[in-house]
Amino acid sequence: MNIFKGFVIKEFIHIFRDYRTMVILFGIPLVQLLLFGFVIKSEIKDADIAIYDQAKDNHSKRITNKLLSSGYFRLDKDLDNYDGIHQAFREGKVKLVIIFEQNFSEKLEKTGNANVQILADASEPNTANLLVSYSNAILSSYIKDLNSTSKMPYNIITEIRMEYNPELKSVYMFVPGIMALLLMLISAMMTSISITKEKEMGTMEVLLASPIKPFVITAGKVVPYIFLSIINVLIILSISYYVFDVPIKGSLFLLVSVCILFILTALSLGILISTVTNSQQVAMMISLVALMLPSILLSGFIFPIENMPIVLQYLCQLMPPRWFIEIIRNIMLKGVSFSFIWKETCVLFIMMIVFNLLSIKKFKIRLE
Amino acid sequence: MQSGKSIIIENISKHYGSVKALENINFSVDNGEMFGLIGPDGAGKTSLIRILTSLLLPTSGNAIVNGYDIVKDYKKIRKTIGYMPGKFSLYYDLTVEENLNFFATVFGTTIKENYDLIKDIYSQIEPFKDRQAGKLSGGMKQKLALSCAMIHKPDVLFLDEPTTGVDAVSRKEFWLMLKKIKNKGITIFVSTPYMDEAELCDRVALIQDGTILTVDTPVNVVKSFDNPLYSIYSDNIYYLLKDLRALSATKSVFAFGQSVHITFNNGTNIEDVNKYLKDTGHSNSNTKIITPCIEDCFMQLMSVKS
Repeated sequence: MNIFKGFVIKEFIHIFRDYRTMVILFGIPLVQLLLFGFVIKSEIKDADIAIYDQAKDNHSKRITNKLLSSGYFRLDKDLDNYDGIHQAFREGKVKLVIIFEQNFSEKLEKTGNANVQILADASEPNTANLLVSYSNAILSSYIKDLNSTSKMPYNIITEIRMEYNPELKSVYMFVPGIMALLLMLISAMMTSISITKEKEMGTMEVLLASPIKPFVITAGKVVPYIFLSIINVLIILSISYYVFDVPIKGSLFLLVSVCILFILTALSLGILISTVTNSQQVAMMISLVALMLPSILLSGFIFPIENMPIVLQYLCQLMPPRWFIEIIRNIMLKGVSFSFIWKETCVLFIMMIVFNLLSIKKFKIRLE
Repeated sequence: MQSGKSIIIENISKHYGSVKALENINFSVDNGEMFGLIGPDGAGKTSLIRILTSLLLPTSGNAIVNGYDIVKDYKKIRKTIGYMPGKFSLYYDLTVEENLNFFATVFGTTIKENYDLIKDIYSQIEPFKDRQAGKLSGGMKQKLALSCAMIHKPDVLFLDEPTTGVDAVSRKEFWLMLKKIKNKGITIFVSTPYMDEAELCDRVALIQDGTILTVDTPVNVVKSFDNPLYSIYSDNIYYLLKDLRALSATKSVFAFGQSVHITFNNGTNIEDVNKYLKDTGHSNSNTKIITPCIEDCFMQLMSVKS
């Protein structure tokens, strides 16, 4: 135990003395997260919309004016029937359709409630989400103005429909995706590099000729990165939550536990990589090409798995991030409990065990 | 310990593909002995040391270190040996003290516990204990590596070319330290390409192209040199060598610093040689008889072998 402690302390010293390691560890996650976050958050101006105003009365016209003068929307079509809606969407130019019910003003003034339907083309989910929230904001500001001058509380009931992709599958995807990417990068790449560094520097030779057990060598390497990765997870989660308003609907404990499982899986992969190569450069290349790219391309992070050719779909099943992203999405966005994600969790767990068994089998107790 | 032997090497061979790094090595090292493995680069010194430290598997043959089989009992061997590889292999980003502390814990001991053993060496670098190892001078690095290899009081200490790349003064100091370690009863197995260091060992094995030329005490190795040895000095070593090689009486000749070392066939008159040199234009040449050193013996054994 004492030996293990000494080893872990030594690893921490390595990490903290090398400022480049620290930059990779904490700088890259911040930059990437903010970059992705703001790219997706970027504002949309002059989006083409269509309006189907069945009332054409006082309030509906004033709301339409308010919408079109906001700078966010530009009127592409004035519709006069329901059939025109899908036609407009299919043409591809119109991103949002706003429908006022019949007798809109009358209803609003008599009952205090009137209905507005907002349909968005969610095949571009980020755009759809933004446009819906813009129009919602405009509607509620209109109501607020109205209420400030009247005794009766008015209310517009909005019904929102995301056409073509009702679940908005890739909205907020970037947080689980970035988490998978960063944990993979830090955990797998950093461990594989730090183990191969010992081989390159010749210190592995001294360690091998000593009574220290291979398990202690690798576990000692891994422990600091577990700690640092958990800190990273917490940073990413708080930025997503506070800066980008990504909800965390499920249990935080479950979320962090799954993250730790994924960190362990990635670390095991890193150890496995270090057993097949002796140079830091090769370890880095393998980590980048064999881990980073698949976790971006084949995990459902950016490209939906359902749309891939069947061969690639099977390949995706072998990627740990694919399962991780699914679990994280379910916990964060849908708030599910463990009973809904135990299968995916098992897959990750089995992957971790397999990587570890392979590493143990491949670990060389000698120099060749 | 078997019959007072620390290391027993039996028919060890090591092949890397078609390259024969070691061929049929046989010798043994006594307890408490300072044993030198002497040979040029590429002779197979590092391969042999790595086999004895259980880091490489021999292609054939067997060896016993400290009574343990190098293949079967590798774990036990790793507990009882100290090893200092040829390449400086400590952590550059750790300080002197952190390095030593780390290796002490790896072997389940503390600096305090075995401080007496390394005191002589470590006290010299202790003033720099907060300096990172990568920023030490070559000699200091060597001392630190030796301290780290000894911190657990090993029974056998393996040193692979410890003085390569170290200045002459530090080399001398280093060998004095080894003497002191030896006096504490630790068997030392040291390899070196420097022939002059052979004389500081109790016994030496001369190794060349993966085979052992001879195993003996330095004195006996020198004694085995049976021909009278001459040293000839001249202004132009290149032509001197060329002219002497052309001489039929020459048995062996090789450059040795500013002069050449040469032996002649039996019955050669040295005056005839001097006259030959005058005739070939070496007016300044100076011939004298000398006592051979290990390097001379090495060269002779090498030429006999080939």
